[in-house]
This record gives sequence, structure tokens and C-alpha cells, in this order.
Amino acid sequence: MYVAVKGGERAIENAHRLLAHKRRGDQSVAEISLDQISEQLGLAVDRVMSEGSLYDRELASLAIKQARGDLIEAIFLVRAFRATLPRFGASEPVDTGTMRVQRRVSATFKDIPGGQILGPTFDYTHRLLDPSLAQGFVPERPAAAEASTAPTPRVTDILGRDGLIESSPEAEDGASVGDLTREPLNFPADRDLRLQNLARGDEGFLLAMGYSTQRGYGRNHPFVGEIRFGEVEVDFVAEDVGFAVPLGAIELTECQMVNQFKGSATEAPCFTRGYGLAFGQSERKTMSMALVDRALRARELGEEVLAPAQDEEFVMSHSDNVQATGFVEHLKLPHYVDFQSELGLLRKLRQEFSKASAETNTPDAMKEAAE
Amino acid sequence: MNAPAYNFAYLDEQTKRMIRRAILKAIAIPGYQVPFASREMPMPYGWGTGGVQVTAAILGPQDVLKVIDQGSDDTTNAISIRKFFAKTAGVATTTATDEATVIQTRHRIPETALNENQVLVYQVPIPEPLRFLEPRETETRRMHALAEYGLMHVKLYEDIARFGHIATAYAYPVKVNARYVMDPSPTPKFDNPKMDNCPALQLFGAGREKRIYAIPPYTQVVSLDFEDHPFEPYRFNAPCALCGAENSYLDEIVTDDKGGRMFVCSDTDYCEGRQAAGHHGSLSAAPYREKAQEASNG
Repeated sequence: MYVAVKGGERAIENAHRLLAHKRRGDQSVAEISLDQISEQLGLAVDRVMSEGSLYDRELASLAIKQARGDLIEAIFLVRAFRATLPRFGASEPVDTGTMRVQRRVSATFKDIPGGQILGPTFDYTHRLLDPSLAQGFVPERPAAAEASTAPTPRVTDILGRDGLIESSPEAEDGASVGDLTREPLNFPADRDLRLQNLARGDEGFLLAMGYSTQRGYGRNHPFVGEIRFGEVEVDFVAEDVGFAVPLGAIELTECQMVNQFKGSATEAPCFTRGYGLAFGQSERKTMSMALVDRALRARELGEEVLAPAQDEEFVMSHSDNVQATGFVEHLKLPHYVDFQSELGLLRKLRQEFSKASAETNTPDAMKEAAE
Repeated sequence: MNAPAYNFAYLDEQTKRMIRRAILKAIAIPGYQVPFASREMPMPYGWGTGGVQVTAAILGPQDVLKVIDQGSDDTTNAISIRKFFAKTAGVATTTATDEATVIQTRHRIPETALNENQVLVYQVPIPEPLRFLEPRETETRRMHALAEYGLMHVKLYEDIARFGHIATAYAYPVKVNARYVMDPSPTPKFDNPKMDNCPALQLFGAGREKRIYAIPPYTQVVSLDFEDHPFEPYRFNAPCALCGAENSYLDEIVTDDKGGRMFVCSDTDYCEGRQAAGHHGSLSAAPYREKAQEASNG
């Protein structure tokens, strides 16, 4: 005989115990440390910090370990922790022009003041699996030189001096920055909120959206003006002190896209901008972000909105992987009361259907059909 | 490391204040979806984060909490949420509907009538009743503002034209206080009449979609229909096999691979209460076979 299902509580506890066991894996294999994750899986940590919106390598490493390497799960853990933190205020805008660059490339000029710096990159590596990395690999010491003191002005600033690219709108003094984690999002959304949404957005989603613009769905003729990766100082104005206090340095990647020009009867033609910024070394993310940012500026630039990447409701409502994974995966929760109601409706409709078809199969109807 | 420390009922007080403001506004405008700055919660979006935030914002130390999913206190997600509040707020929990002061639910309204001292908190996946007719939020907000609900009536009419019935079995749209069309969350339409003139406060939280809405106590809630096609609550026509209840919503349990079915109360507390009071069902229902199939065989 059926009795109502019980024992869910114990099942959950046991499932979580099994998960902890699986997470640890074979216990004869050494346990991975947070330092190892942070040092040797650094790009995973960068992604979790970016999309988790929390610059803390140690917590991001812990999240990756706890999530068994599932980065979206790790991002979720970081976000849930971040949501409980008190908010003291916003830092001063960081100046990426003064970044201590480790890598900096421009596709629009052969050489630029301060030089092109390849830095640590997968670019130009041959993607051949390297068996020597399997164990005990000791890398050569990196080539070193005197740190250059030459300034590294942003390529877009160089273009901007001649008016060849639209100027970035200056922030109004004292204007607050939008924050979609503290205020519910309304459409149409301003660019600050759009950029925040994209910065938190899923790398894979943005990659596909950016890619779609290159394939003709909202094409915007991009050039990589510059990608730079390095350290910037973060300052915070503490009200009781009255001046900016340095909080420390963070690693950032910035991508400035230079896009198709526009002009009008009253404005000289000039290039337009797409912007990407993320924690750590996140080139794919920032490049995709810059493409999508530019696509989302369609309305502002008087372009027709035709493609998905130009549609801010579509992009912003679906970019967040923590939201997306939660809702997709909630389908595995029980839905049986609704399903029973649906079954009842379907049975009724089928019954009526078979009754109706039985009636049309009567001899009279057959005769009519034959005529 | 920044070791986490958490407030009573998890959320910090500033967040609770923000949510309470949204709740007050929602109560003031019955059925209107109030945007709120939903937080990331330690459970996934789509698993009750809206309901959990509403519950966290209204819970006091004296409250007694009940959590159900599919009508049952023992489904895994209900247990998980109940344990979350037992741990973070230390409140008393119960499975008895009449002992609870706050009831968080997914997909059902309890069979036992609610009273004035209770709050029913619904978990809502898609708060917008017009969403599947119009995907754009900018459009649907305008339609609500103008009370422009013709599209919904056309949809219901098309159902009748195509199927002979309104083909919505759950999340059946209602009109609240003769103004806003509202999604009752995916409860089976059997539960819709319970929302009308209910003595308890009903709060709806949608975390991922960042909306809160409410039905104040004793508010008129009408399921949308037509004069010639009146709203009909659906219930499988059998008594509960365990407690014999004739008026409760039933779960369909597959008992074998030969078409065997039995039907038992979805509200486990209600069913157990009736059994304890001496009510009995047949214990095993007759195997159910689709009538259409029977007709074609016979």
C-alpha cells in the first residue's frame, strides 16, 4: 500500500554527505589547497571574481574548491556571500590610463606610445597537449627588463585628441553610479547599468552575443583599439577623513573597441566606442562585453534595433548565469500538482476528441463523406 | 579570510527594510507587481528565493513557520527551506497548518482554511501573467497601467475556440480587487477560489524577476472567465484513497506499470489530520484507465 513519501530530510543529509565525499575524491590523492587553485588555476579565479562581483582571490578559490570546479556554481557561492556584505559606498573611478600594464596590445596601430606588450598570453601558442606539464614541470625564469617608466596612454585617448572618436561622456560631479544589485532594473536602462550587467554577465553568453554581431546580427565593424591588463590603484573617499584613501591595487582587463563611425548634419563623422572591463585577466570576456556594449548602444546612436545583441531587454534579462542556471535547473523540482491538473485537462480533451470522432464515423457521416 | 557572520533570518536589516517597503506598497496596491532589489540568496533562483526573501523580511522570533511544496511538508525543497530558517532565525517550525503564523508555499494553498493571524507566502517563478503573450516588460507594464487586458481575454477565447475549454490548468489568471490581472503562481486552478476574500494576508515573492505583490486580507479575487464558459476548478473525481476526503486536491500516484493509479490528498497535513480523526479511504483506488481507451476497446 502507498503511504505518503517521508524521509526527505535524511535523504538530503545523505546526499550532501555523498557530495562531500565525491568532492574530496580518492583520499590517497593529495588534497588541493586554496593557494594551488589561486596560483595554478588563476584564470578560473579571475572569472569567478568577475562574474561573482567580488574581488577576493581567496574566497573565489574556496568557492571553486567547494563547487568541485563548476565555475557557475562557484560564482553563485561568491554572489550569495557578497549579497550579505554591508555597503560602505563606491570607490573613486579607477584610472586605467595609469595602469601598471603587464599586457597591452592594439590592433589599430602598428606601434603606440609605451609600446605593444604581449605579456602572459595563449596567443601564438600552438595548441598541442604538452606531456611535460603532466608532472614536475619547472618553467624557465621569465625574461626580465627594467620596468619602463614611459607613459602608456590609452589608444582611444590618442584618437580622441583629434576628435576621430566620440568623446566619453564625463561623469557629473557627485552623480551616483547605478547599481542593479541594490535597485531593481527598469527598462530602458542607462549605460552604467548595462555595463554593470555585462560585467556580471556569463562569459559564454556574451561571447555568443558578441560573435553574433560579427556574423551580421547587428554588425558594428569593430577594431580592437586596445586591450590592457595590469594593476590599478583603488581609492576611496572616506567621509570622516575628507580625502581619498588608497584601498590597495586590483588586477583588471580593459578592452576598448573602436567601431563604425557615424555623423550627422550637425556632427562631424567619428568612430564610436564599445567598452569592456573585468577583474583579473579576462580577455575573452572584456572583448565580448565591448562588442555587446556597442550593440546595445543602438538606440542611443539612432540605429535600428533588429538583432538580439542590440535588444537590451533580451540581453540584460538573460545574461546572468546565476539567474539562468537557477531557473533552468528548477525544472527538476517536483511539479506534480500542476502536472496532475494538466493531465486532467488533457484527458478531458482526449475524451471529447474520441467521442467526436466516434460520432463522425457513424454510417450517416460516412455516407456524407462518400458523396 | 573574511569569515561570514549572518543576521537573524539571514538578510541584513537594510535589505529587510527595503523588502518591507516593497511589501507595504504591494499591500496598498493589491495585485500590482512592485519591483524590488532582490538579493542573491544561498539557494538557486527558481527554487524559492523570492518567497524566502519575503519570509525573511516578515519573520519575527515568535513566529511559527510552515513550508510546503506541492502541498507537502516533506518534499525536499520544503525541507531545505524550513531548515534554512530553523538555522538562520531559530524560529519554531511546524507542519500543522493551523499552528503556523507564516506559511511559505510552492504550488499549493493549504486545504485548511487560513485565518487572520496567518500570512501565506508564495514562491513565484514568473510574476507577469501577460509574459507569455508579450515577452517585453516595457510593454506589459504599460498594459497593466492602462488595464489593457484584452489580449488575455483573446487568449482565453482562442483556447475555447480550439479546445472547447479554457486550456489553462494551473497559474490560472485572476483579477484582484477589480483592477490588476495577477498570476497566482503555478498553483492548480483548484486553489484559485481560496484566494478570494481570504482572511489571511497573501504575499507573493519572485526573486529572479525581482517583483513582490500582495493580496490583502478580505480582497476580491476573481478567476478570469466568460459568462458562457464560467471558471471551473478541476479536481480528479475520486475520494482520497487514504483519508476519504471528497473535496481536497489529489496527487495521482502511479502504483504499477499496468495503468494502476491511486489518488491521495496533495496536502499531507490535511490528510494526516483527517486520518488521525478517524477518516479512512479505500486504501487502494481502482486502477485508472483512460476513458478514451476504454471506449475504443469496448
